[in-house]
Amino acid sequence: MPEEVAPREVFGKTLVDLGKENPDIVVLDADLASSTMTVYFKQAFPERFFEIGIAEANMMGIAAGLAANGKIPFASTFAVFATSRCFDQIRVSIALSKFNVKIVSTHSGLSVGEDGASHQALEDLALICSLPGFTVIVPADGTETAQVIRAVAAHPTPCYVRLIRGKVPQVMDNGYKFEIGKAALMRQGKDATIMAIGTMMAPALEAADALAKENINCRVLNMSTLKPIDETAIVQAAAETGAIVTAEEHQEHGGLGSIVARTIAKHHPVPMEFVAVKDKFGMSGKPAELLAKYGLTAQDIATAVKEVIKRKR
Amino acid sequence: MYNNAIVNDSNNQANKTSALNANAGVFSSNEDLAAVCKKIRRDIVTMIAKAGSGHPGGSLSAVEIVVALYWKVLRHKPADPVWKDRDRFILSKGHAVPVLYAALAEQGYFPLKELDTLRKIDSFLQGHADHCCTPGIEMSSGSLGQGLSFSVGTALAGRLDKASWRVYALLSDGECEEGQTWEAAMSAGMFKLDNLTAIVDKNGIQLSGFTKDIMNSDPLTKKFESFGWNVIEIDGHDLTQVLDALKKAQTVKGQPTVIIARTVKGKGVSFMENNVEFHGKAPNAEQLEKALKELA
Repeated sequence: MPEEVAPREVFGKTLVDLGKENPDIVVLDADLASSTMTVYFKQAFPERFFEIGIAEANMMGIAAGLAANGKIPFASTFAVFATSRCFDQIRVSIALSKFNVKIVSTHSGLSVGEDGASHQALEDLALICSLPGFTVIVPADGTETAQVIRAVAAHPTPCYVRLIRGKVPQVMDNGYKFEIGKAALMRQGKDATIMAIGTMMAPALEAADALAKENINCRVLNMSTLKPIDETAIVQAAAETGAIVTAEEHQEHGGLGSIVARTIAKHHPVPMEFVAVKDKFGMSGKPAELLAKYGLTAQDIATAVKEVIKRKR
Repeated sequence: MYNNAIVNDSNNQANKTSALNANAGVFSSNEDLAAVCKKIRRDIVTMIAKAGSGHPGGSLSAVEIVVALYWKVLRHKPADPVWKDRDRFILSKGHAVPVLYAALAEQGYFPLKELDTLRKIDSFLQGHADHCCTPGIEMSSGSLGQGLSFSVGTALAGRLDKASWRVYALLSDGECEEGQTWEAAMSAGMFKLDNLTAIVDKNGIQLSGFTKDIMNSDPLTKKFESFGWNVIEIDGHDLTQVLDALKKAQTVKGQPTVIIARTVKGKGVSFMENNVEFHGKAPNAEQLEKALKELA
């Protein structure tokens, strides 16, 4: 079993590296620095760290003001507070002015666990993807997170990066090169394609490996950039494998599945199945128990692949 | 106390870039500034009448404040709206953008005739302030309560860069009903942002009635003081008081300053003054004619 790391830990350390290289990097947090791991930056560069307290709307506005004046602000808090809590501030103060703010959320999805529904962001991607000009990325592991944080720092648009609370296994090769807007081919296959993001990447690979033993060969894509989406990879997968399953720790409405469905509906319609949360709020429980209860396991992905293949033309 | 050298620099730039604004920046006495205020008021009612919609009341109440800033206080270059050493003016009450468009046009940021395009399709003069459309607009606003947070971030950036430029934010009193205004006020006090001056255009009226009846935000002075601000209360239509307050704010150390400017909504046009109806309604042709006569 490969060593598991928490992407937010990688995020915190990468921020410190970036801070050393670029004096314009500044960081804001809303009383959660020791959870989002911006605390490392706070310790290394106290004069460039701004504790805003429990005031996320204010944090987004302050980040916009810093960005408007040449800084590269990383504003960080839990995914529920980083989006729905201050959506209008992100919309008007950041997106409408195209300010170069980097919102990095942690503790997204059901796998927050015991804190329950109020703390489980399952709609953040739908919200943030609806804003013109935003770049939206969901890294799959620590290896990808380090590269994503560096990429967004250098990318001159508002960006949203979605991280989780827990640890995940390394799924990306050591030689992997992340590129904004480019899906990563994880497995080649012709019978169906599994497209996954974030925490669902490891179960997607597990499902593909299990299916291979039954002679069902799946292509697997890591769709880490949700916006701008890699239309080429999606259309190619639809044309070459004829069936798609998406997997995400997010509401079915408005996340990866919706974006992929919209893309193929326009360019190359094929049957799809959606492994996602089906219009329900979360609840307290252990992360693994929750993922099982809400149908977000490798087994659920494998079942969805078999279902979608039945509907292939 | 004002940095005349730099203010003059801004005026020269204005004159160089646009002969169309022979008036820009040559005023010095308060009588001259009063004439500018009248011209700005004529611009406001005319552009809103031509647009057929807009917010005359809260634009007219802020005229002296905006004129004092753009003609006497701000270091700015109309020919170079993103000049890095400019003082930053942030219009938080984005619906009052006609007063800012008028000031920017009169200063030479863009031709005065463009004011006729306000709110028209594809115009760079949007119904509410838009950073990406209009030169000289620091942030997009219109959803109330967001400008002071942006101003705090701007002031923090200035402090990090040890810059000499200052930040001025114009708020409405209705806007002080938004919780975010107080989140921002709390943080500005905490960060001791003495490079930040907020001005509240306290005209006492919001869309559906008098602020004291809708949701009383008073006493604003005590509220800001309790958040660590230096507070100056003035008559927001008295140019001497406005200029003195802005000047005093520059000398305060260790805390931000807010100028609570008592104003009259619709100021300068008799039938708009203290009239809730003209918060967000354009004058018709007849009303425009009457208004322009009063502002002649």
